[in-house]
Amino acid sequence: MRVMSLAGILRALLIVIAIGAALPALAQQPQLTGRLVDSAGIIDAATEADLTTKLAEFEKKSSDQIVVATVPNLGGEAIEPYANRLFRAWGLGQAGENNGILILVALEDRKMRIEVGYGLEGTLTDLHSKLIIENTMVPAFRAGDYSGGISRAVDDIIMVLEGNGAELEARAERNRHSDSAFDIDTWIVIIFFTIWFSIFFGSIGISLLAPIFGRKIGPRRYRWLGMDVDLNPKPRRRRSSSGWVIHTGGSDWAGGGGGWSGGGGFSGGGGSSGGGGASGSW
Amino acid sequence: MSRNLISALFLALLMPLLTACGFNTIPTAEERAKAAWSEVLNQYQRRADLIPNLVETVKGYAAHEREVLESVVEARAKATQVQVSPEMLQDPAAFQAFQESQSQLTSALSRLLAVVENYPDLKANQNFLALQAQLEGTENRIAVARRDYIEAVRVYNTTLRTFPSIIWAKLWFTDAVPFQNFTVSEDKMEVPQVNFGTK
Repeated sequence: MRVMSLAGILRALLIVIAIGAALPALAQQPQLTGRLVDSAGIIDAATEADLTTKLAEFEKKSSDQIVVATVPNLGGEAIEPYANRLFRAWGLGQAGENNGILILVALEDRKMRIEVGYGLEGTLTDLHSKLIIENTMVPAFRAGDYSGGISRAVDDIIMVLEGNGAELEARAERNRHSDSAFDIDTWIVIIFFTIWFSIFFGSIGISLLAPIFGRKIGPRRYRWLGMDVDLNPKPRRRRSSSGWVIHTGGSDWAGGGGGWSGGGGFSGGGGSSGGGGASGSW
Repeated sequence: MSRNLISALFLALLMPLLTACGFNTIPTAEERAKAAWSEVLNQYQRRADLIPNLVETVKGYAAHEREVLESVVEARAKATQVQVSPEMLQDPAAFQAFQESQSQLTSALSRLLAVVENYPDLKANQNFLALQAQLEGTENRIAVARRDYIEAVRVYNTTLRTFPSIIWAKLWFTDAVPFQNFTVSEDKMEVPQVNFGTK
């Protein structure tokens, strides 16, 4: 009993430490709850629904993840590092492709930023981002029309990304996750394990199953599936040196860590950003 | 039979120890730090590549700001002259020189962009606007790359000094030296302030 309670105390302590360590980060940055994280509460319901479907559709088409986030304030930080940290924490864009875009609006700081993932820096250049901010967002924001400004900015971004049609197609193709769970990789894995298991456990299986399903043809001898199975212990010959075979799991078949956000909840695909994009203020 | 079983169990118990011994830790961290450094260089190079165009554009409107323009050109020339080699990361003097040259370019650029504020025509120029957006983006990328480098070096230097990887550092990777990191002084340096007249 004493030991149990000690372990319990230790576990509780660990949990407290873990929560304590996680808290500062949680307090500052909003959670990725969807494609639209409106912490500042400046986007109206109609626009919100409209944007969410638009962004989901665009991701389905291109695999690019565009996320809009609004925060009340930046807590004294500059918007560039804040946006970059948020982008990386959320892992926007597909892993390996880094095709995410974060539109961040800080209400009290009167600042906005379009943070572009590594993979889209060539398509949505800094100048594009700057022009979208200056020509679309700033005028609307000055007029107090946050929903309209953000909505039109999203339209502009999608337009720029679609402008490079061939590349968009190629990117979508690279990240196409087939709807059925059994794509070629899965089949390879299944076949590999089937063969592996039948080699390693086949003899055991036969010796166990033959007495049950097979026909008895002698003392501890059975005929099953056209095979004669003899379960009598054989006289041992000279023991040969037992060769050790160690199977290291060398094949790296896991691959493709991209969190495809097909149904239900939305999550980043594990993309990263190197600080591309532009910022502005209104 | 039972001896086989015992040795199998023994090996299974030993496996985690083998993976946890951390022989790979040091090379992995070193390569990551080097890659992060390459990204820093890449972004500084990008900035240096933007400057000739920027200077040309500004010259068209503010040719008589000779002093400022020349200082930018000079600082760029100096910054691109610094020999960059992988050994530099282990050499405090060379690293310091590189950092110094880049920070001089940073301050020359910020002076140039401050001067530009006096020329509304230039500020409205499309070409200048494009360059300004790119320069701003590049400065931010430099900041991100430096931050990543600082973190990668922190991890690498830590592996060289902490258990258990320190054992490998002493036994095998005897030539592994902690990498230099950016010092605070340059972090305090003024980054070019780009103002689009929206103040």
